Amino acid sequence: MIHSLFLINNSGDIFLEKHWKSVISRSVCDYFFEAQEKAGEPDNVPPVIRTPHHYLINIYREKIFFVSVIQTEVPPLFVIEFLHRVAEMFQDYFGECSEVTIKDNLVIVYELLEEMLDNGFPLATESNILKEMIKPPTILRSMVNTITGSSNLGATLPTGQLSTIPWRRADVKYTNNEAYFDVVEEIDAILDKSGTTVFAEIQGVIDACVKLSGMPDLTLSFMNPRLLDDVSFHPCVRFKRWESERVLSFIPPDGNFRLMSYHVNAQNLVAIPVYVKQNISFFESGSSGRLDITVGPKQTMGKTVECVLVTIHMPKVVLSANLTATQGTYTYDPVTKILVWDIGKLNQQKLPNLKGSLSLQSGAPKPEENPSLNIDLKIQQLAISGLKVNRLDMYVEKYKPFKGVKYVTKAGKFQVRT
Amino acid sequence: MSTTSAFNDEKGGSSSAGEPEYGHDPASGGIFSSDYKRHDDLKEMLDSNKDSLKLEAMKRIVAMIARGKNASDLFPAVVKNVACKNIEVKKLVYVYLVRYAEEQQDLALLSISTFQRGLKDPNQLIRASALRVLSSIRVTIIVPIMMLAIKEAASDMSPYVRKTAAHAIPKLYSLDPEQKDQLIEVIEKLLADKTTLVAGSVVMAFEEVCPERIDLIHKNYRKLCNLLIDVEEWGQVVIINMLTRYARTQFLNPNINESLLEEGGEKAFYGSDDEDDDDEEKKAEAAALAKRKPYVMDPDHRLLLRNTKPLLQSRNAAVVMAVAQLYFHLAPKAEVGVIAKALVRLMRSHSEVQYVVLQNVATMTIKRRGMFEPYLKSFYIRSTDPTQIKILKLEVLTNLANETNISTILREFQTYIKSMDKDFVAATIQAIGRCATNIGEVRDTCLNGLVQLLSNRDELVVAESVVVIKKLLQMQPEQHSDIIKHMAKLTDNIQVPMARASILWLIGEYCEHVPKIAPDVLRKMAKSFTNEEDIVKLQILNLAAKLYLTNSKQTKLLTQYVLNLAKYDQNYDIRDRARFIRQLIVPTDKSGALSKYAKKLFLALKPAPVLESPFKDRDHFQLGSLSHLLNAKAGGYQELPDWPESAPDPSVRNVEVPEWTKCTSRKERKEKKVEKPFYSDSEGESGPTESADSESDTGSGSESGSEESGSGSESEESEEESESEEEEEDEEDERTKKKKKIEKSKPKKPESAESDQSSGEEQKRNRKVVKERRSGSESESEEESESESSESESESEEESESDTDIKKKKKAAPSKPPPKQTKKESKKETKEMSLLDLDDFDPTPSPQVTPVNNFLSSSLVADLEGLSLTDTVLAPTTIAPSSSVRMYELLHRITGEGLAVEYCFSRQPFSPDPHMVAVQIQFTNNTSSESKSLHIEDPKLQSGMRIKEFPEIELLPAGESVNVVMGIDFCDSTQAANFQLCTHTRKFFVSIQPPVGELMVPAFLTENEFKKEQETLLHGQLMGMNEISEKLNLGEKCQSDHAIVERVTAKANLSRVPCGSEKENSPPLPPPPVSSPVSRFAGKTVSSGSLVLVTVARKEGGGAQLTVNCEKMVIGTMLVKDILQALTQ
Repeated sequence: MIHSLFLINNSGDIFLEKHWKSVISRSVCDYFFEAQEKAGEPDNVPPVIRTPHHYLINIYREKIFFVSVIQTEVPPLFVIEFLHRVAEMFQDYFGECSEVTIKDNLVIVYELLEEMLDNGFPLATESNILKEMIKPPTILRSMVNTITGSSNLGATLPTGQLSTIPWRRADVKYTNNEAYFDVVEEIDAILDKSGTTVFAEIQGVIDACVKLSGMPDLTLSFMNPRLLDDVSFHPCVRFKRWESERVLSFIPPDGNFRLMSYHVNAQNLVAIPVYVKQNISFFESGSSGRLDITVGPKQTMGKTVECVLVTIHMPKVVLSANLTATQGTYTYDPVTKILVWDIGKLNQQKLPNLKGSLSLQSGAPKPEENPSLNIDLKIQQLAISGLKVNRLDMYVEKYKPFKGVKYVTKAGKFQVRT
Repeated sequence: MSTTSAFNDEKGGSSSAGEPEYGHDPASGGIFSSDYKRHDDLKEMLDSNKDSLKLEAMKRIVAMIARGKNASDLFPAVVKNVACKNIEVKKLVYVYLVRYAEEQQDLALLSISTFQRGLKDPNQLIRASALRVLSSIRVTIIVPIMMLAIKEAASDMSPYVRKTAAHAIPKLYSLDPEQKDQLIEVIEKLLADKTTLVAGSVVMAFEEVCPERIDLIHKNYRKLCNLLIDVEEWGQVVIINMLTRYARTQFLNPNINESLLEEGGEKAFYGSDDEDDDDEEKKAEAAALAKRKPYVMDPDHRLLLRNTKPLLQSRNAAVVMAVAQLYFHLAPKAEVGVIAKALVRLMRSHSEVQYVVLQNVATMTIKRRGMFEPYLKSFYIRSTDPTQIKILKLEVLTNLANETNISTILREFQTYIKSMDKDFVAATIQAIGRCATNIGEVRDTCLNGLVQLLSNRDELVVAESVVVIKKLLQMQPEQHSDIIKHMAKLTDNIQVPMARASILWLIGEYCEHVPKIAPDVLRKMAKSFTNEEDIVKLQILNLAAKLYLTNSKQTKLLTQYVLNLAKYDQNYDIRDRARFIRQLIVPTDKSGALSKYAKKLFLALKPAPVLESPFKDRDHFQLGSLSHLLNAKAGGYQELPDWPESAPDPSVRNVEVPEWTKCTSRKERKEKKVEKPFYSDSEGESGPTESADSESDTGSGSESGSEESGSGSESEESEEESESEEEEEDEEDERTKKKKKIEKSKPKKPESAESDQSSGEEQKRNRKVVKERRSGSESESEEESESESSESESESEEESESDTDIKKKKKAAPSKPPPKQTKKESKKETKEMSLLDLDDFDPTPSPQVTPVNNFLSSSLVADLEGLSLTDTVLAPTTIAPSSSVRMYELLHRITGEGLAVEYCFSRQPFSPDPHMVAVQIQFTNNTSSESKSLHIEDPKLQSGMRIKEFPEIELLPAGESVNVVMGIDFCDSTQAANFQLCTHTRKFFVSIQPPVGELMVPAFLTENEFKKEQETLLHGQLMGMNEISEKLNLGEKCQSDHAIVERVTAKANLSRVPCGSEKENSPPLPPPPVSSPVSRFAGKTVSSGSLVLVTVARKEGGGAQLTVNCEKMVIGTMLVKDILQALTQ
């Protein structure tokens, strides 16, 4: 299926190649470079590129292109999903997935890729299994390695691969048994000029960090599972229990993992936590423009809105911005034409305001469209949909784990049209 | 090869020059100036005795490989270390070997013996890894060795090794396609494997080696379907895609009758009963009737749909997509909708995933627009989306547009037009054009909108609008001459060639609508002719020709001028065109016959262009495939076959063990449970997943409504485990206890001797008991007969049966003699309540009288009850459960910490409230201490449901039992009543769920009344809604009228309608006249008093027709199901 993989950085260097079948010359990447040039933005490179003898399926993550070479029919999503898993695995192993970390850990990366695919077909993609075979580098271990000359390859054989619960490694032991769950909700919304909601929905995920000894069997139940409209699960979740009882019953993987992601019922009206009053105008004469933005809290359920950030992609003709912010700081990058206003906490009494003039390229016609605003925000201790975890029960194991649930609401793709 | 590697080397070298160097990798870059020297150093390290040095060398070498540098000259030095003891070194050597073996075939052979040794290792993981490396070495000479190794590994004990063997198959096949036949044999063998670990890999091998051998799948089809949910995600994708193709060849198109239904919907719908009588006939006439016959889905087809559906919840986008395409290609139209939500969810994922999903959604929206309509807003475009995503979303929005939502969509489009992304704007304008052509109502609005865009400052926008307007105008040019005039003015400003050409074409084509302006435009164009682009020049020529033909007076000279200019143009196309036009339109002596037709040629009516989606007809590619995405066949793509005309023989999928007969869902579930450990890993690591899964099986089973529900979940679980042969100590204890209890309960019976038989047998039987209770109903009929015949008789019968029942059980015969537990109950009961011993009322069983008697007995009991307890009417009465009544478990002894609670539906009227169902509850205190104050608390009921609690039991001494009666108004639904059962120390959550048959009370009607009621029900407002009919084949044991009555009354609390004679003299309207006996039963629902009429008409040859008339459709349907089950066993 997947024949070869090339990792390419933004400047077009191929810094890693791996072949699972016979070797394919890296000149095949020239087709990719061609497509990349045509697309301009990295986002616009078509994920599937056809060449005379091969197909290139690529993803772009963390400023790296993962370009895989395919020779025969294969579901494109299969490859795309796999490549993202590879990127996630790097992140899991090295803390971040970047060119530098990959180059620093070239041998481990290579060993990982070797284990993840066999003849181009995924073999072990569960991080728990891989970690049993190839230990992730830590500062301590790499020091020990340099002194003793040992490596990160596990000396033991991966028994996890044989188990019926391939996502959990065997013989887990902790002195502090803990299970933390983060309920993170994101509001996706499009607001129009007048502030009315064109479209809004809530997407959520439950990320877990479970460090429990042995083989615990957990059951997580919600106060109001009916809120959830559409869900997808980590393979460890027993789907039938969910179907019949609306509880999450699972034997967790060890460490961090995404337990489920969900979509909140569309019928429920989405509470939009902030409102934005904006007025951006460009003048025909004098090559200037004016900008006036005010952000205020709306439906916040009594919580403080934090980390508010307004990002505006300005039209190309905007040369500079001369603004004053009553709260926070703003920056304008004249190269990328991005105006960022970092507000921070929203204050109920004194609404933050950004006001001032924009100077345009003289002679150029005024932009016809006003740029739309992208909003970032964060509300701690609140799941905006009202979802609440009821309880977490543990079976099989005897000890008493420490349990915790945290709620966060964030803005997802939150856009205000102007 | 050498050129390639040289190239690699060069490129690698050049790229590394600018890179930062790795601290721990001095081997690369400039430290060692020449390759020769560098490799010398590494060779030295590899030859040393120290593992640490070797490891360091190998790490450097692997790093070189990773960066695409050539390390092939190290091969001899590396291959020596293949037998190195150090597992870390070994692994890296493997990596090297797999990379370079192909180039250095001879040297690679040196390593083979090591792997051959590894293949014999006692450790399965070493065997697997040896096979993996051996099969990855692409050296043709070792093909026979590989073949042998694969064959051996395919029958290895360890499923992991077998999985590796499956992986090795395509490797060998690509190395030597000659081996195909032998490999197919191995595949066939591995396909029969029952572990989830192997399934995905072997199907992948199947797809690469022999996708055409669909016949290999038959025997494994059902297994694959059932295993699917437990296979790892990548395997799921491959299996689902393969099964989609398989299903296309084996089943009938579920949407075949779509058009037929639309035409004569009702007829086909209600006529269905008459048409599907017996199978043989059907098969014979299948071809002829295919069109007329209502479609019946093959149960295997249904199995596939049902088992893939949960996978829509997978986190893996590829799995979701695979299921989505399966549903799109295989599911009946009405069911395809379920995939929409999951696909919309994927749109939240990475942009590459979005890209692929949107392509597929675009194709789907053309075929089934309705599916995605509710999610319209999810396709709205954000300014931050990448352009390619925007354009795909636009495509979907356009496909979704219809009369009702077009205004919303157009409003949305309006905002898009203002976008800074000009490619996107152009696409939006085209989308508007498409909406306008497809939806007539908005055509004018769109046209006006587009005309406004003509004054846009951006030239691209204007140009695109012109092109689209041109297309729209072609549909109705007469009404829009002002638009044409407006556009004519634009020629002064617009520079985009395509737009200019479009305008010129429009003016030429419709010059009669703008007679004054057209010549002027030509004049201007003639002036600028030489500076125009080629396409514009061509259109100028066309315009000139058309004007010459219609208005030669004004334009003759101009045309001549233009033609002369064109004559000397650089482009030969234009010169040709000029020459051609001149000959055609300018009449000369030489000009042939053609010039007469010039007008016809140039001014012919041109059909309006059809604006259609580029995704039209893409669905002939399997969705989700690479070929679909590219809209071109990719190498190795397997065509999605068309549905067969008539279904191939479904029996090919039958496996030796008849695990799949067309049975009720419950039985199926039961079987599945038994299978579970069978399919799970032979390693014995079934673990909690397995058991929990099967547990939830039962959970979902409760949907079916008639499931016994009294036991708490925990007790259920314990039963579960006893069933799944997990020998746990507790279980063992319980079993022995149970056994003792059984023995105790009937010490005098002859059977007690038998129960002393081997414990294994006893266990089996116990398990059977459990099963019996779960499956919950079949036994009743037997019980009934027991109650009717004399005690001793029943015992002897039982004895004889219990001798054989174990054997029978193995054959999975569903109807079995009464389980011991119930027997125990009945016996205990007869002992305790001798006063009300029903046997006293029992006359000799005769078919005619029994039903009446049955009803009599219960009513007599009621009378007696009333008599003896008149003074305490308000206090709910305690009646011994008649032996015909089944006991359900409310609280298991273990769960209840010694307190066992069972309940039954005593079928007595509940005196405090006639709308309530009487539920008799029996508490047994099995502890050594007394329990106090037993009462009910905190009932959680569905709206409308009510509970009348039993009076608190103050004291229940150790070892004693007590019976109480409570009333529940179920509101004529089979929803469970949940409440807490409290003792002085504990609280237990319990629930009572009534079988549908207990929701009614007998009604006494004469035959004529019955028919009258039936007719009123039938000819009421909702004709046909109140009647449900089913054909059935009576089970062996219920051929007689007597047995039918027994079974029906056991299943439902109905009374038989007495009839004058067995033969029907005056046939009623429904069912159609039959000469066989008809049994009728009548009852009323407890809560609302709706009539329930049941008719069983027997036919020759064991067939019968069951008709239930009831206003409450749900009750009717469920009742039919239950009675059907009772009668067919």
